Amino acid sequence: MMEDTATRAQASWFQATARQRIDGLLDPGSFTEFLGPAERVQSPHLALFDLPAAFDDGVVIGRGTLDGKGVLLAAQEGQFMGGTFGEVSGAKIVGLLRAARDAAGGGNGKDDLPRAVLLLLDSGGVRLQEANAGELAVAEVMRAVVEARSNGVAVVALVGGKSGAFGGAGLTAATCSRIVVSEEGRIGVSGPEVIETNKGVEEFDAANKALVWSVVGGKNRRLIGGADAFAADTMSGFREAAIAVLGKVPPFDLKTLKAEQARLAGRHSKLGGCDDAVGMWKVLGIKNPPAVRDMDEDAFTGIADRLKEANHDAR
Amino acid sequence: METLKIKHTAKSRLAGKKDQAIIGVVASGNLEVLLERVLPDTRCEVDIATTAEGFDDTWKAVVADFVERRSPGGLRISINDGGARPDTVYLRLMQGAALMEAE
Repeated sequence: MMEDTATRAQASWFQATARQRIDGLLDPGSFTEFLGPAERVQSPHLALFDLPAAFDDGVVIGRGTLDGKGVLLAAQEGQFMGGTFGEVSGAKIVGLLRAARDAAGGGNGKDDLPRAVLLLLDSGGVRLQEANAGELAVAEVMRAVVEARSNGVAVVALVGGKSGAFGGAGLTAATCSRIVVSEEGRIGVSGPEVIETNKGVEEFDAANKALVWSVVGGKNRRLIGGADAFAADTMSGFREAAIAVLGKVPPFDLKTLKAEQARLAGRHSKLGGCDDAVGMWKVLGIKNPPAVRDMDEDAFTGIADRLKEANHDAR
Repeated sequence: METLKIKHTAKSRLAGKKDQAIIGVVASGNLEVLLERVLPDTRCEVDIATTAEGFDDTWKAVVADFVERRSPGGLRISINDGGARPDTVYLRLMQGAALMEAE
Protein backbone atom coordinates (compact mmCIF):
# COMPACT_ATOMS: atom_id res chain seq x y z
CA MET A 1 0.00 0.00 0.00
CA MET A 2 2.79 2.48 0.85
CA GLU A 3 4.63 3.84 -2.17
CA ASP A 4 8.33 4.44 -1.79
CA THR A 5 9.57 7.87 -0.78
CA ALA A 6 11.07 8.79 -4.16
CA THR A 7 7.83 8.02 -5.98
CA ARG A 8 5.83 10.09 -3.53
CA ALA A 9 8.20 13.07 -3.85
CA GLN A 10 7.60 13.05 -7.62
CA ALA A 11 3.80 12.86 -7.33
CA SER A 12 1.85 15.69 -8.97
CA TRP A 13 0.88 18.60 -6.71
CA PHE A 14 -1.86 19.54 -9.19
CA GLN A 15 -3.51 16.12 -8.90
CA ALA A 16 -3.07 15.69 -5.14
CA THR A 17 -5.58 16.33 -2.36
CA ALA A 18 -4.87 18.92 0.34
CA ARG A 19 -3.84 16.18 2.78
CA GLN A 20 -1.54 14.51 0.25
CA ARG A 21 0.14 17.87 -0.38
CA ILE A 22 0.79 18.35 3.33
CA ASP A 23 2.32 14.87 3.54
CA GLY A 24 4.52 15.56 0.53
CA LEU A 25 5.56 19.07 1.58
CA LEU A 26 6.49 18.79 5.26
CA ASP A 27 9.11 16.64 6.97
CA PRO A 28 7.69 13.10 7.24
CA GLY A 29 5.47 12.54 10.28
CA SER A 30 5.88 16.13 11.53
CA PHE A 31 2.32 17.36 10.93
CA THR A 32 -0.13 17.95 13.78
CA GLU A 33 -3.62 19.00 12.70
CA PHE A 34 -5.71 21.59 14.57
CA LEU A 35 -9.51 21.08 14.53
CA GLY A 36 -9.22 17.80 12.64
CA PRO A 37 -12.07 16.05 10.82
CA ALA A 38 -13.18 14.07 13.88
CA GLU A 39 -14.14 17.39 15.54
CA ARG A 40 -16.67 17.85 12.72
CA VAL A 41 -16.32 21.62 12.55
CA GLN A 42 -18.19 21.88 9.28
CA SER A 43 -20.35 24.31 7.34
CA PRO A 44 -23.75 25.02 8.94
CA HIS A 45 -25.03 26.45 5.65
CA LEU A 46 -24.63 23.74 3.02
CA ALA A 47 -27.49 21.57 4.30
CA LEU A 48 -29.90 24.43 3.48
CA PHE A 49 -28.92 23.94 -0.16
CA ASP A 50 -29.14 20.16 0.06
CA LEU A 51 -25.36 19.96 -0.44
CA PRO A 52 -23.00 17.60 1.34
CA ALA A 53 -20.63 19.02 3.98
CA ALA A 54 -17.00 18.02 4.51
CA PHE A 55 -15.76 17.11 8.00
CA ASP A 56 -12.98 19.73 7.73
CA ASP A 57 -14.99 22.17 5.56
CA GLY A 58 -12.32 21.84 2.89
CA VAL A 59 -9.45 23.41 4.86
CA VAL A 60 -6.75 21.56 6.80
CA ILE A 61 -4.80 23.62 9.36
CA GLY A 62 -1.97 22.69 11.68
CA ARG A 63 1.75 22.83 12.34
CA GLY A 64 4.79 20.82 11.36
CA THR A 65 8.37 21.21 10.28
CA LEU A 66 9.90 22.02 6.90
CA ASP A 67 13.58 21.17 6.61
CA GLY A 68 13.68 21.00 10.40
CA LYS A 69 12.16 24.45 10.95
CA GLY A 70 8.69 24.97 12.42
CA VAL A 71 5.86 26.17 10.19
CA LEU A 72 2.14 26.74 10.53
CA LEU A 73 0.11 25.67 7.54
CA ALA A 74 -3.35 25.94 5.99
CA ALA A 75 -4.28 23.86 2.94
CA GLN A 76 -7.42 24.37 0.86
CA GLU A 77 -9.05 21.32 -0.72
CA GLY A 78 -9.72 22.51 -4.26
CA GLN A 79 -11.86 19.48 -5.10
CA PHE A 80 -14.42 20.27 -2.39
CA MET A 81 -16.69 23.11 -3.60
CA GLY A 82 -13.78 24.59 -5.57
CA GLY A 83 -11.74 25.16 -2.40
CA THR A 84 -14.00 28.09 -1.59
CA PHE A 85 -13.91 30.42 1.41
CA GLY A 86 -16.96 29.74 3.57
CA GLU A 87 -17.72 30.88 7.10
CA VAL A 88 -15.96 27.91 8.73
CA SER A 89 -13.18 27.27 6.21
CA GLY A 90 -12.30 30.97 6.26
CA ALA A 91 -12.40 31.17 10.06
CA LYS A 92 -9.94 28.27 10.31
CA ILE A 93 -7.38 30.19 8.21
CA VAL A 94 -8.03 33.42 10.12
CA GLY A 95 -7.57 31.66 13.46
CA LEU A 96 -4.27 30.16 12.35
CA LEU A 97 -2.95 33.54 11.13
CA ARG A 98 -4.07 35.34 14.29
CA ALA A 99 -2.38 32.74 16.45
CA ALA A 100 0.84 33.33 14.48
CA ARG A 101 0.39 37.11 14.81
CA ASP A 102 -0.20 36.93 18.58
CA ALA A 103 2.68 34.54 19.17
CA ALA A 104 5.09 36.71 17.18
CA GLY A 105 3.79 39.84 18.90
CA GLY A 106 4.36 38.26 22.30
CA GLY A 107 0.72 38.89 23.15
CA ASN A 108 -0.76 35.73 24.56
CA GLY A 109 2.19 33.71 25.78
CA LYS A 110 1.99 31.04 23.08
CA ASP A 111 5.31 32.15 21.68
CA ASP A 112 6.44 28.63 20.87
CA LEU A 113 4.42 28.88 17.66
CA PRO A 114 6.48 29.13 14.44
CA ARG A 115 7.02 32.53 12.77
CA ALA A 116 6.18 31.18 9.32
CA VAL A 117 2.81 30.36 7.76
CA LEU A 118 2.37 28.44 4.51
CA LEU A 119 -0.95 28.94 2.67
CA LEU A 120 -1.55 26.09 0.21
CA LEU A 121 -4.12 27.98 -1.85
CA ASP A 122 -6.43 26.04 -4.18
CA SER A 123 -9.59 28.07 -4.51
CA GLY A 124 -11.97 29.81 -6.87
CA GLY A 125 -12.74 32.40 -4.16
CA VAL A 126 -15.87 32.96 -2.08
CA ARG A 127 -18.31 30.07 -1.61
CA LEU A 128 -21.38 31.55 -3.27
CA GLN A 129 -23.81 29.60 -1.08
CA GLU A 130 -22.34 31.34 1.97
CA ALA A 131 -22.35 34.75 0.29
CA ASN A 132 -21.61 37.51 2.81
CA ALA A 133 -20.04 35.14 5.34
CA GLY A 134 -17.61 34.04 2.62
CA GLU A 135 -16.84 37.64 1.55
CA LEU A 136 -16.20 38.56 5.19
CA ALA A 137 -13.98 35.51 5.57
CA VAL A 138 -11.78 36.67 2.66
CA ALA A 139 -11.53 40.19 4.11
CA GLU A 140 -10.60 38.77 7.52
CA VAL A 141 -7.99 36.44 5.99
CA MET A 142 -6.33 39.32 4.12
CA ARG A 143 -6.31 41.49 7.24
CA ALA A 144 -4.91 38.60 9.28
CA VAL A 145 -2.12 38.02 6.71
CA VAL A 146 -1.11 41.68 6.89
CA GLU A 147 -1.26 41.77 10.70
CA ALA A 148 0.83 38.60 10.94
CA ARG A 149 3.40 40.02 8.51
CA SER A 150 3.59 43.30 10.38
CA ASN A 151 4.43 41.32 13.52
CA GLY A 152 7.31 39.64 11.73
CA VAL A 153 5.63 36.45 10.51
CA ALA A 154 6.54 35.24 7.00
CA VAL A 155 3.39 34.24 5.08
CA VAL A 156 4.07 32.28 1.90
CA ALA A 157 1.43 31.29 -0.68
CA LEU A 158 1.88 28.04 -2.64
CA VAL A 159 -0.27 27.91 -5.79
CA GLY A 160 -0.48 24.86 -8.02
CA GLY A 161 -3.88 23.23 -7.51
CA LYS A 162 -6.76 22.53 -9.87
CA SER A 163 -8.79 25.53 -8.73
CA GLY A 164 -5.80 27.90 -8.92
CA ALA A 165 -6.03 31.05 -6.78
CA PHE A 166 -8.88 33.22 -8.01
CA GLY A 167 -11.24 35.75 -6.45
CA GLY A 168 -10.50 36.02 -2.74
CA ALA A 169 -7.68 33.50 -3.04
CA GLY A 170 -5.97 35.64 -5.68
CA LEU A 171 -6.37 38.67 -3.41
CA THR A 172 -5.04 36.68 -0.45
CA ALA A 173 -1.99 35.60 -2.47
CA ALA A 174 -1.30 39.27 -3.25
CA THR A 175 -1.10 40.08 0.48
CA CYS A 176 1.51 37.38 1.20
CA SER A 177 5.23 37.88 1.79
CA ARG A 178 6.17 35.55 -1.02
CA ILE A 179 4.33 33.51 -3.69
CA VAL A 180 5.41 30.16 -5.16
CA VAL A 181 3.68 28.98 -8.33
CA SER A 182 3.92 26.01 -10.70
CA GLU A 183 3.18 26.06 -14.43
CA GLU A 184 -0.21 24.51 -13.64
CA GLY A 185 -0.91 27.09 -10.93
CA ARG A 186 -3.11 29.97 -12.03
CA ILE A 187 -3.44 33.27 -10.20
CA GLY A 188 -6.00 35.99 -10.85
CA VAL A 189 -9.00 37.80 -9.43
CA SER A 190 -11.78 37.51 -12.01
CA GLY A 191 -11.61 34.19 -13.83
CA PRO A 192 -11.58 34.03 -17.65
CA GLU A 193 -15.31 33.23 -17.94
CA VAL A 194 -16.20 36.16 -15.69
CA ILE A 195 -14.11 38.56 -17.78
CA GLU A 196 -15.63 37.27 -21.02
CA THR A 197 -19.18 37.53 -19.63
CA ASN A 198 -18.71 41.10 -18.46
CA LYS A 199 -16.43 42.57 -21.12
CA GLY A 200 -17.07 40.45 -24.20
CA VAL A 201 -15.14 37.80 -26.07
CA GLU A 202 -12.98 40.48 -27.75
CA GLU A 203 -11.57 41.36 -24.32
CA PHE A 204 -10.77 37.79 -23.26
CA ASP A 205 -11.73 34.57 -25.04
CA ALA A 206 -12.25 32.07 -22.22
CA ALA A 207 -12.53 29.19 -24.71
CA ASN A 208 -9.00 29.87 -25.99
CA LYS A 209 -7.13 27.68 -23.52
CA ALA A 210 -3.67 28.57 -24.84
CA LEU A 211 -4.46 32.26 -24.30
CA VAL A 212 -6.01 31.70 -20.87
CA TRP A 213 -3.13 29.56 -19.57
CA SER A 214 -0.45 31.84 -20.97
CA VAL A 215 -2.02 34.87 -19.24
CA VAL A 216 -3.09 33.50 -15.84
CA GLY A 217 -0.72 30.51 -15.66
CA GLY A 218 2.34 30.19 -13.47
CA LYS A 219 4.95 30.97 -16.12
CA ASN A 220 3.50 34.40 -16.92
CA ARG A 221 2.93 35.20 -13.23
CA ARG A 222 6.57 34.40 -12.53
CA LEU A 223 7.92 36.42 -15.48
CA ILE A 224 5.95 39.59 -14.70
CA GLY A 225 6.84 39.47 -11.00
CA GLY A 226 3.49 38.17 -9.74
CA ALA A 227 5.22 35.15 -8.17
CA ASP A 228 8.66 34.93 -6.61
CA ALA A 229 9.53 31.31 -7.31
CA PHE A 230 8.64 28.71 -9.92
CA ALA A 231 8.12 25.16 -8.68
CA ALA A 232 8.00 21.90 -10.59
CA ASP A 233 4.54 20.30 -10.31
CA THR A 234 5.72 17.78 -7.73
CA MET A 235 5.78 17.48 -3.96
CA SER A 236 9.56 17.92 -3.92
CA GLY A 237 9.28 20.87 -6.34
CA PHE A 238 7.05 22.80 -3.95
CA ARG A 239 9.05 21.66 -0.94
CA GLU A 240 12.34 22.94 -2.37
CA ALA A 241 10.79 26.22 -3.53
CA ALA A 242 9.11 26.83 -0.16
CA ILE A 243 12.37 26.21 1.71
CA ALA A 244 14.20 28.60 -0.64
CA VAL A 245 11.73 31.50 -0.40
CA LEU A 246 11.36 31.20 3.40
CA GLY A 247 15.07 32.02 3.55
CA LYS A 248 14.62 35.42 1.84
CA VAL A 249 11.36 37.00 2.95
CA PRO A 250 11.34 40.81 2.73
CA PRO A 251 10.59 42.77 5.91
CA PHE A 252 7.05 44.19 6.08
CA ASP A 253 7.67 47.90 6.38
CA LEU A 254 7.03 51.21 4.62
CA LYS A 255 10.07 50.69 2.38
CA THR A 256 8.75 47.34 1.11
CA LEU A 257 5.25 48.76 0.54
CA LYS A 258 6.61 51.76 -1.37
CA ALA A 259 8.77 49.43 -3.46
CA GLU A 260 5.67 47.34 -4.21
CA GLN A 261 3.72 50.43 -5.26
CA ALA A 262 6.57 51.53 -7.53
CA ARG A 263 6.92 48.01 -8.95
CA LEU A 264 3.22 47.76 -9.84
CA ALA A 265 3.10 51.26 -11.34
CA GLY A 266 6.20 50.50 -13.40
CA ARG A 267 4.77 47.20 -14.58
CA HIS A 268 1.52 48.85 -15.62
CA SER A 269 3.25 51.52 -17.66
CA LYS A 270 5.58 48.98 -19.28
CA LEU A 271 3.13 46.14 -19.99
CA GLY A 272 -0.30 47.83 -19.84
CA GLY A 273 -0.54 48.13 -23.62
CA CYS A 274 0.08 44.43 -24.36
CA ASP A 275 -2.73 42.26 -25.72
CA ASP A 276 -1.48 38.89 -24.51
CA ALA A 277 1.23 37.14 -22.53
CA VAL A 278 3.59 36.63 -25.48
CA GLY A 279 3.45 40.38 -26.12
CA MET A 280 4.47 41.03 -22.51
CA TRP A 281 7.36 38.55 -22.74
CA LYS A 282 8.59 40.36 -25.83
CA VAL A 283 8.53 43.74 -24.06
CA LEU A 284 10.41 42.16 -21.15
CA GLY A 285 13.21 41.40 -23.59
CA ILE A 286 12.87 37.62 -23.77
CA LYS A 287 14.33 36.17 -26.97
CA ASN A 288 11.85 34.05 -28.93
CA PRO A 289 8.92 34.69 -26.55
CA PRO A 290 6.50 32.06 -27.99
CA ALA A 291 9.01 29.33 -27.01
CA VAL A 292 8.43 30.11 -23.31
CA ARG A 293 5.16 28.18 -23.42
CA ASP A 294 6.81 24.83 -24.12
CA MET A 295 10.03 25.42 -22.21
CA ASP A 296 11.03 22.89 -19.54
CA GLU A 297 11.51 23.94 -15.91
CA ASP A 298 15.27 24.34 -15.95
CA ALA A 299 15.32 26.46 -19.09
CA PHE A 300 12.41 28.54 -17.82
CA THR A 301 13.90 29.09 -14.38
CA GLY A 302 17.14 30.15 -16.07
CA ILE A 303 15.29 32.94 -17.91
CA ALA A 304 13.03 33.94 -15.01
CA ASP A 305 15.83 34.19 -12.47
CA ARG A 306 17.76 36.63 -14.68
CA LEU A 307 14.79 38.91 -15.46
CA LYS A 308 14.70 42.22 -13.58
CA GLU A 309 10.89 42.41 -13.34
CA ALA A 310 10.64 38.90 -11.91
CA ASN A 311 13.11 39.42 -9.07
CA HIS A 312 12.43 42.19 -6.61
CA ASP A 313 12.43 43.00 -2.92
CA ALA A 314 8.90 44.36 -2.99
CA ARG A 315 5.63 42.56 -2.03
CA MET B 1 -29.67 14.74 0.86
CA GLU B 2 -30.33 11.40 2.46
CA THR B 3 -28.85 9.96 5.63
CA LEU B 4 -28.46 6.29 6.44
CA LYS B 5 -27.21 4.41 9.46
CA ILE B 6 -26.03 0.83 9.00
CA LYS B 7 -25.05 -1.34 11.99
CA HIS B 8 -23.10 -4.59 11.81
CA THR B 9 -21.64 -7.16 14.14
CA ALA B 10 -18.09 -7.88 12.98
CA LYS B 11 -16.25 -11.18 13.55
CA SER B 12 -13.30 -9.44 15.21
CA ARG B 13 -11.60 -6.16 16.01
CA LEU B 14 -9.79 -4.50 13.09
CA ALA B 15 -6.04 -4.88 13.56
CA GLY B 16 -3.78 -1.87 14.11
CA LYS B 17 -3.41 0.95 16.58
CA LYS B 18 -4.47 4.07 14.72
CA ASP B 19 -7.49 5.65 16.37
CA GLN B 20 -8.64 7.65 13.36
CA ALA B 21 -8.08 8.13 9.65
CA ILE B 22 -9.67 10.02 6.77
CA ILE B 23 -9.55 9.22 3.06
CA GLY B 24 -11.13 10.74 -0.05
CA VAL B 25 -12.71 14.10 -0.80
CA VAL B 26 -16.32 15.24 -1.08
CA ALA B 27 -16.60 15.93 -4.80
CA SER B 28 -18.74 14.78 -7.70
CA GLY B 29 -18.39 10.99 -7.98
CA ASN B 30 -16.16 10.89 -4.90
CA LEU B 31 -16.65 10.67 -1.14
CA GLU B 32 -14.81 11.14 2.12
CA VAL B 33 -14.63 8.36 4.70
CA LEU B 34 -13.76 9.13 8.33
CA LEU B 35 -12.89 6.09 10.45
CA GLU B 36 -12.76 6.28 14.26
CA ARG B 37 -11.91 3.44 16.63
CA VAL B 38 -14.51 4.24 19.27
CA LEU B 39 -16.84 1.21 19.46
CA PRO B 40 -16.66 -2.16 21.27
CA ASP B 41 -14.48 -4.73 19.44
CA THR B 42 -17.18 -6.52 17.47
CA ARG B 43 -19.37 -3.58 16.56
CA CYS B 44 -19.24 -1.51 13.40
CA GLU B 45 -21.49 1.41 12.53
CA VAL B 46 -21.58 3.30 9.26
CA ASP B 47 -23.23 6.74 9.02
CA ILE B 48 -23.80 7.98 5.49
CA ALA B 49 -24.85 11.39 4.18
CA THR B 50 -25.36 11.23 0.43
CA THR B 51 -26.60 13.46 -2.38
CA ALA B 52 -27.85 10.45 -4.35
CA GLU B 53 -31.24 9.48 -2.94
CA GLY B 54 -32.89 6.07 -3.19
CA PHE B 55 -29.82 3.83 -3.14
CA ASP B 56 -30.28 2.34 0.35
CA ASP B 57 -30.07 -1.25 -0.89
CA THR B 58 -26.85 -0.55 -2.80
CA TRP B 59 -25.23 1.08 0.24
CA LYS B 60 -26.27 -1.85 2.45
CA ALA B 61 -24.83 -4.36 -0.03
CA VAL B 62 -21.49 -2.52 -0.38
CA VAL B 63 -21.11 -2.09 3.39
CA ALA B 64 -22.04 -5.75 4.02
CA ASP B 65 -19.38 -6.87 1.51
CA PHE B 66 -16.80 -4.65 3.20
CA VAL B 67 -17.65 -5.91 6.70
CA GLU B 68 -17.49 -9.53 5.49
CA ARG B 69 -14.09 -8.99 3.81
CA ARG B 70 -12.31 -6.83 6.43
CA SER B 71 -14.17 -7.40 9.72
CA PRO B 72 -13.86 -3.74 10.82
CA GLY B 73 -14.81 -4.34 14.46
CA GLY B 74 -14.58 -1.29 16.73
CA LEU B 75 -14.97 1.27 13.97
CA ARG B 76 -17.45 4.07 13.59
CA ILE B 77 -17.30 5.02 9.92
CA SER B 78 -18.77 8.34 8.77
CA ILE B 79 -19.25 9.12 5.10
CA ASN B 80 -19.95 12.36 3.22
CA ASP B 81 -20.82 11.29 -0.29
CA GLY B 82 -20.89 13.33 -3.49
CA GLY B 83 -22.59 10.64 -5.55
CA ALA B 84 -19.75 8.11 -5.81
CA ARG B 85 -20.30 4.79 -7.63
CA PRO B 86 -20.38 1.61 -5.53
CA ASP B 87 -16.89 0.55 -6.67
CA THR B 88 -15.46 3.91 -5.54
CA VAL B 89 -17.23 3.57 -2.18
CA TYR B 90 -15.79 0.09 -1.73
CA LEU B 91 -12.30 1.28 -2.70
CA ARG B 92 -12.41 4.14 -0.13
CA LEU B 93 -13.63 1.79 2.61
CA MET B 94 -10.77 -0.61 1.87
CA GLN B 95 -8.23 2.26 1.78
CA GLY B 96 -9.59 3.54 5.09
CA ALA B 97 -9.29 0.12 6.74
CA ALA B 98 -5.69 -0.17 5.48
CA LEU B 99 -4.87 3.25 7.00
CA MET B 100 -6.31 2.17 10.37
CA GLU B 101 -4.14 -0.96 10.31
CA ALA B 102 -0.91 1.06 9.90
CA GLU B 103 1.79 1.08 12.67
